[in-house]
Amino acid sequence: MYRYDEFDERFVRERVAQFRDQVGRRLSGALTEDEFKPLRLKNGVYLQLHAYMLRIAVPYGTLSARQMRQLALIGERYDRGYGHFTTRTNLQFNWPKLRDIPDILDLLADVEMHAIQTSGNCIRNVTADHFAGVAPDEIEDPRPTAELIRQWSSLHPEFDYLPRKFKIAVTGAAHDRAVIKAHDIGLRILRHPDTNEIGYEVVVGGGLGRTPMIGKTVREFLPKADLLAYLEAIMRVYNLEGRRDNKYKARVKILVHEIGTAEFSRRVEEEFARLDGPSVNADPAEVARIAAYFAPPAYEALPATSGAFETAKAGNPDFARWVETNVTPHRQQGYAAATISLKPIGAPPGDASSAQMRLVADLAEAFSLSEIRVTHAQNLVLPHVKLSDLFALWQRLGEAGLATANAGLITDIIACPGLDYCALATARSIPIAQAVAKRFADPARQKEIGVLNVKISGCINACGHHHVGHIGILGLEKRGIESYQITLGGDATETAAIGEILGPGLAAEDVPDAIERIVSVYLAQRRAGESFIDNVRRIGLAPFKAAFQEASHAVA
Amino acid sequence: MPLLDRHGAKADLWTRSEGAAIGNLSHALVAWAALPEALAQRSRDQRIGAVLPNTVRMSELKLVMRQLSLIAIGFPSFADGRGFSLARLIRNHGFAGSLRASGPLIPDQFAYALACGFDEVELPQESAARQPVEQWLTALGRISHGYQRGYGDSGNILDRRRAARLKHAAAC
Amino acid sequence: MAAAKRPALPVILLANDLLDGDVVFATGDAHGLCWSRDPGAALIGHDEATADRLDAFAAAELGGQRVVDAYLVDVAVEGGVPVPRHYRERMKTTGPSVRRDLGKQADLPLAEAFTRTAFARA
Repeated sequence: MYRYDEFDERFVRERVAQFRDQVGRRLSGALTEDEFKPLRLKNGVYLQLHAYMLRIAVPYGTLSARQMRQLALIGERYDRGYGHFTTRTNLQFNWPKLRDIPDILDLLADVEMHAIQTSGNCIRNVTADHFAGVAPDEIEDPRPTAELIRQWSSLHPEFDYLPRKFKIAVTGAAHDRAVIKAHDIGLRILRHPDTNEIGYEVVVGGGLGRTPMIGKTVREFLPKADLLAYLEAIMRVYNLEGRRDNKYKARVKILVHEIGTAEFSRRVEEEFARLDGPSVNADPAEVARIAAYFAPPAYEALPATSGAFETAKAGNPDFARWVETNVTPHRQQGYAAATISLKPIGAPPGDASSAQMRLVADLAEAFSLSEIRVTHAQNLVLPHVKLSDLFALWQRLGEAGLATANAGLITDIIACPGLDYCALATARSIPIAQAVAKRFADPARQKEIGVLNVKISGCINACGHHHVGHIGILGLEKRGIESYQITLGGDATETAAIGEILGPGLAAEDVPDAIERIVSVYLAQRRAGESFIDNVRRIGLAPFKAAFQEASHAVA
Repeated sequence: MPLLDRHGAKADLWTRSEGAAIGNLSHALVAWAALPEALAQRSRDQRIGAVLPNTVRMSELKLVMRQLSLIAIGFPSFADGRGFSLARLIRNHGFAGSLRASGPLIPDQFAYALACGFDEVELPQESAARQPVEQWLTALGRISHGYQRGYGDSGNILDRRRAARLKHAAAC
Repeated sequence: MAAAKRPALPVILLANDLLDGDVVFATGDAHGLCWSRDPGAALIGHDEATADRLDAFAAAELGGQRVVDAYLVDVAVEGGVPVPRHYRERMKTTGPSVRRDLGKQADLPLAEAFTRTAFARA
């Protein structure tokens, strides 16, 4: 894991002092609310329905046990004993007081954390594949790239007042687990087909929200050393030419769409050619310094299989089921990555209590070389668990209600906080997630249905990624009542696609039935071994639409 | 309107002209639209500055840039960051005169403005009254070093790390 | 920020406390106004004159850096208690529907009208 040096440390400490001073100037009236609002947002502070909310950055989803323990402490001392992991792999506290936030930021700085640029019209927390450094299909660990971008984008003098928020994701594997095509910039690490040199495919202009779009490739191969100069060129074109007349048309995806990918690419290349790359890029020694922190940890030499593990699986069907859904192969022989589901049936997706956070920290120390990952699906991962430790880990998780065997299944639902907390929401998300999860709670049924991503957003901003859910649910207001629009066929991976609307909006209580109907069509029509999304692609929307409209009664 | 630079408040030598009517002003600040006419009638010892909207294209500005002693870029709102990129472009294209940010910026943007190549900030009376010069100077010193190479001359973290590496290598 | 267009009467004024973030309601009588955390205590503006008074109070309190996001909300008066007509403001008045142990519903004896009109679970 990356560790702060003296410069990083000083930087976050000074940032805390700066925010403390900003709060002081807000209270004195020197800063108006309009002026203070972007400043607090750039430090992760929102004003929500019931209280302020603090969004803490978990860069590229990597946390140490020590950091997790500190989050648990903050949750207890300054919040209501729980936090919410988000689709940007951040952690949100729902009840902090503005007066306490500088002190919370101090506690974060103590463990090399911050809340910098987790909101606002700036470059947001950089995300990456949650199986970075673990996945067998990885070309290169994306985290050194993500960390370099984190540093470069922090308080960038030129790009802190962009037309709109700006999200960057990095993947180092062929299979995209970081949703890079739904980001303003998606970077895919690849090898040049001729030279074998490592570089990036640069995808720009993806994004969800009101006008969902899949990103377009603007550069097939960017040499690794040119990364920051190329990013600077993209950001400069966007900052100067992105629309500022309408906040719903201000994301870079609209600029790319309006002028066309070829023209956008031409403008970026022109600026990239003009600017002095060597004076912008990080020197190779700096890149190597960062990369060294992500070198593989000290694994033990283990056999490829574990007798104890196989025996435990054979003797315990519940454990075997958890292994099947929540355990992922590791590139290091004898190890595996274990997903800790934050989706127990009927609980708010992504929530974790301070006690649970502390337990996860303990378990990471005991079983995962002190390392934890946060996934964009709002789960946690212990990335380096010995096969022989999996049974003990599962037992400890089970005692705390954290051993739900549903990773990737229909009850592993992504949901934003929705109107239960969020000031922007138009409808609730969490109760819908709870109702759908309860409807499909039966483990045998979940297994029969197989991989199916349900994603719920409580407003058009799409924090719940509903557009790229196999089944997406969007909560809206329709004549003073909450109404839910269902989309089908979205995909968040390398075969990214935006889901299509199935029909008129539904009342909250009708959503589980509608999902049931969609699933029934799939179960009736699938071929042997065909996944839900493959089935939708093969048979098209029509059969699902028919079933949906037949029985659904729209909100009058 | 109040003017300040990295050392604090300063007097403004420049006078805004009515359209292109620069008369015998020694330092005439002219709106972008009136600039060609003003440049045509300038006398040898007159200095001309231009007030630019932040949407000006570099391709147009390049044609007149060398005749200008000052460029003032308008910030219609503190949240509109185009001026930062425009300043950076203007400096990258070799402009060596004074660069002024003109509009309701806030003290927390002062360091950014200087790092992007501005020399001074011209504030509307209302924001200057709320946010005295001391707050600007305090805000300027809040963050010692940024991570970005090539912005400002106070030394960025990447170059400092590099210097420390080289020193270490020399000592070993 | 007072809403540009005034909602239909009757109305109450709500806001968030600047330092704490807590939802507060304008309360008081003919002599003066102050803030209360209890929605049941909110002063109900049945007429334009009272709504004007609430608006003026909002402007003064925003200017005095005591609250943020102050605006008038249209209510139905049920059993003498002002219950917001829109579900968003009802949520703001009670607390999250998925955590009955949190928010005002947890630490205030809210009038029955609020809980009765709170959200049914989906």
